[in-house]
Amino acid sequence: MAMKQLGLGGLSLALALVGSVAGAQTPKSGGTLKIYQRDSPASASIHEEATFSNNVPFMGIFNNLVIFDQHIAQNSPDTIRPELADSWAWGDGGKTLTFKLHPGVKWHDGKPFTANDVKCTIDLLQGKLADKFRKNPRKSWYDNVQAVVPNGDLEVAFKLDRPQPSLLSMLASGYSPIYPCHVSTAKMRTSPIGTGPFKFVEFKQNEDIKLVRNPDYWRQGRPYLDAIEFPIITNRATAMLAFMSGKVDITMPTEVTQAIRRDIMKQAPKSVCMTAPTNVGLNLIVNRNKPPFDNADLRRAMALTIDRKAFIDILFEGEADMGGALLPQPEGIWGMPKDMLATLPGYSPDVAASRTAAKALMAKTGYGPDKHLAIKVSTRNLATYRDPAVILLDQLKEIYIDAELDVVETSVWFGKIDRKDYTVGMNLTGNAVDDPDQSFYENYACGSERNVTGYCSPELQKQFDAQSQETDMAKRKQMVWSIDAQLQNDVARPTIVYGRAATCWAPDVHGYTAMTNTSYNGYRFEDMWLDR
Amino acid sequence: MSGYLLRRVGLMLLTLFGISIIIFVLLRLVPGNMVDILFDSAGMVDPAEKTRIAAELGLDKSIPEQYLVWMNGLVHGDLGYSYVSEKPTIEEILPRIPVTGRLALSAIGFAVLLGVPFGVISAVRQNSGVDYGLRVLSLAGLSIPSFWLGLMVLMAFSALTGRLPVYTEAPATVLDAVLLVAVPAMTVGFRSSALIMRLTRSAMLEVLRQDYVRTARAKGAGAGRVNFHHALRNALLPVITVIGLETAFLIGGLIVTETVFNIPGLARFLVESIRNRDYPIVQNLVMLTAFIVVSINFAVDLLYAALDPRIRLGA
Repeated sequence: MAMKQLGLGGLSLALALVGSVAGAQTPKSGGTLKIYQRDSPASASIHEEATFSNNVPFMGIFNNLVIFDQHIAQNSPDTIRPELADSWAWGDGGKTLTFKLHPGVKWHDGKPFTANDVKCTIDLLQGKLADKFRKNPRKSWYDNVQAVVPNGDLEVAFKLDRPQPSLLSMLASGYSPIYPCHVSTAKMRTSPIGTGPFKFVEFKQNEDIKLVRNPDYWRQGRPYLDAIEFPIITNRATAMLAFMSGKVDITMPTEVTQAIRRDIMKQAPKSVCMTAPTNVGLNLIVNRNKPPFDNADLRRAMALTIDRKAFIDILFEGEADMGGALLPQPEGIWGMPKDMLATLPGYSPDVAASRTAAKALMAKTGYGPDKHLAIKVSTRNLATYRDPAVILLDQLKEIYIDAELDVVETSVWFGKIDRKDYTVGMNLTGNAVDDPDQSFYENYACGSERNVTGYCSPELQKQFDAQSQETDMAKRKQMVWSIDAQLQNDVARPTIVYGRAATCWAPDVHGYTAMTNTSYNGYRFEDMWLDR
Repeated sequence: MSGYLLRRVGLMLLTLFGISIIIFVLLRLVPGNMVDILFDSAGMVDPAEKTRIAAELGLDKSIPEQYLVWMNGLVHGDLGYSYVSEKPTIEEILPRIPVTGRLALSAIGFAVLLGVPFGVISAVRQNSGVDYGLRVLSLAGLSIPSFWLGLMVLMAFSALTGRLPVYTEAPATVLDAVLLVAVPAMTVGFRSSALIMRLTRSAMLEVLRQDYVRTARAKGAGAGRVNFHHALRNALLPVITVIGLETAFLIGGLIVTETVFNIPGLARFLVESIRNRDYPIVQNLVMLTAFIVVSINFAVDLLYAALDPRIRLGA
């Protein structure tokens, strides 16, 4: 059942194949699934963290109102399924979203789940309650929610300031669990209570995380597994050896590089490996308020000198994709068509011609063979940041920019870019939901906390709102592509590439689908089973 | 003797006090505290929220005030709460002590069992093939980085036996349980054994040339008695010092081995806590390590007297 490297077209075919083989067998109950965890999460509270290191081990504890189908690799509005909500309906011209809740659902401590818990969760996210999250990284997702109004125990309505169809996609993400009203945020960080298929057992820092089957789970016959263990193995080589020797059943999702995948297929040839986009974009950040980078020509020259193919070949052995602000097609839903992309600065296959144009712009700004521009390129002290930064330094030299690498420790990195204490940087940005609202409002909107370049276009801001309210998907796509093209032309935050990475699992593991346009949403694990 | 002991205990307390100030101040001089890290990792910049959390963690107080709170807690057995796990610090540290302790003691035990006899043999057979072989082995021990050796050992185990001696809470068999400690202990102990062997060899070579050794031989004492009773006992003083230092180093210096073998011990935990600026954990762990180091040094000094009657501790 070992799969060789899959081409884009073969990916969905292979997924269907995996699904059909798994589907042809009758699931067995029992057993403990072991998934290695790459690091010790900062807490057990999904709402308070901003990394999929939290979603993988803790998503199984919870339910959302709605969820992306866990067996369809590509998340889209069409793959949103009911979870705690049995159904939903839009009303009031798209300004009210009403959910009918599933009856008889209980929290792991035996208390009943009600509409009030939904209200509490959103109120917590909006900072309206006395008990507050320590961190609230996705508060902006709910900016458009005016109020959450329960109607009895089993119905709840979201009142919006303006129509926003994408709210449903955000509620379907692994980042959107419903929390219990009666449990404090402090307890949710250390021993979370959910309604999900698995109950929390323990979380020992740097050691392991353990979940056990919820025998009272409201979905009959689920989950199949008795327990899930997440041994925390921080050394990647050790983790891969643990997988190859059968100590763990699945690698941490998207943690397998192409070189490691080859090793795995050599050492454990029966393993199943799936390579897919992670929807994490490598991007160039330029502080447009700091001279000389306040000069648009200079920023454009930098965009023009980027040779994306070199990044793809060197860093990802060809397993990465060029894209704009949104994950490229076919795995991405909203990415620009390739021919449109090729017309944007720095995306042309003719790199030499682009660099000639870049040199002309540099000359216009006063730099050339006789006068080089000396800068620092800041980046986080992690290999995934440092390695591309080194390639960037080389490519900047082509247009007379002598860049020096400024490696910044993780504990200082975020503060540094938040304060705009950098000139040029190499950054990584992950997208939990493949939807323009998440990307545009978070990374490009005026005043957004995560808009680290300080880019602000009031005109585009209006277009962000317009596309956000559009319910016709085809129309919305055209609007999104136009915005994306404008962002690239403005060199707002040039995405260099979207990487791909693999996940591998043992042949007796069934019911797992590696998502292809997100790394954050596919870990409910209630349909997974072991053929042992 | 009792005066000496009192002086040494007083010195130990003074050293620990000095260390407590150094670690406390240094930690706070490093850019970014826990609140910065919490906020930065989530991309948040609301100053009011930041102030609220800083107050919640007691980080709004001045450094001397924070130090006094910590010292007062230490005296009353209250080590505070981990900022990250929000559990009492003692609950985080205590379970990890036996894990690292077992590994460190096994490693030093392996190093002594290998290093001392090989050092003696190497000295007694000076310039023979055995001596050259052992010297090459000891050079290898000092030169090979332990992370590389650890990974090689893991790969070899995985490829040859299908077993992987990485930490698990409940090993399946007794053999697994033994391997989980023995393999990392041997990996990390290899370097220490090389050091001990080289030191034992050079100390032995010096002692073997002494008159009293020649006299013992002339009086007809057997080679074993001469080498191990007369020579080794006198050659052991510098070796004991190194064993003490190596033991102290191993308590806090196992980070690479704990990472490669995925052992949830103190060293890895300390590094992770420094990364998170989890002050209560770091302060208390460093104090614990410092206490162990000064205690070992004290024990080594006492051992000198036991090994060499000429040393009078009170004098």
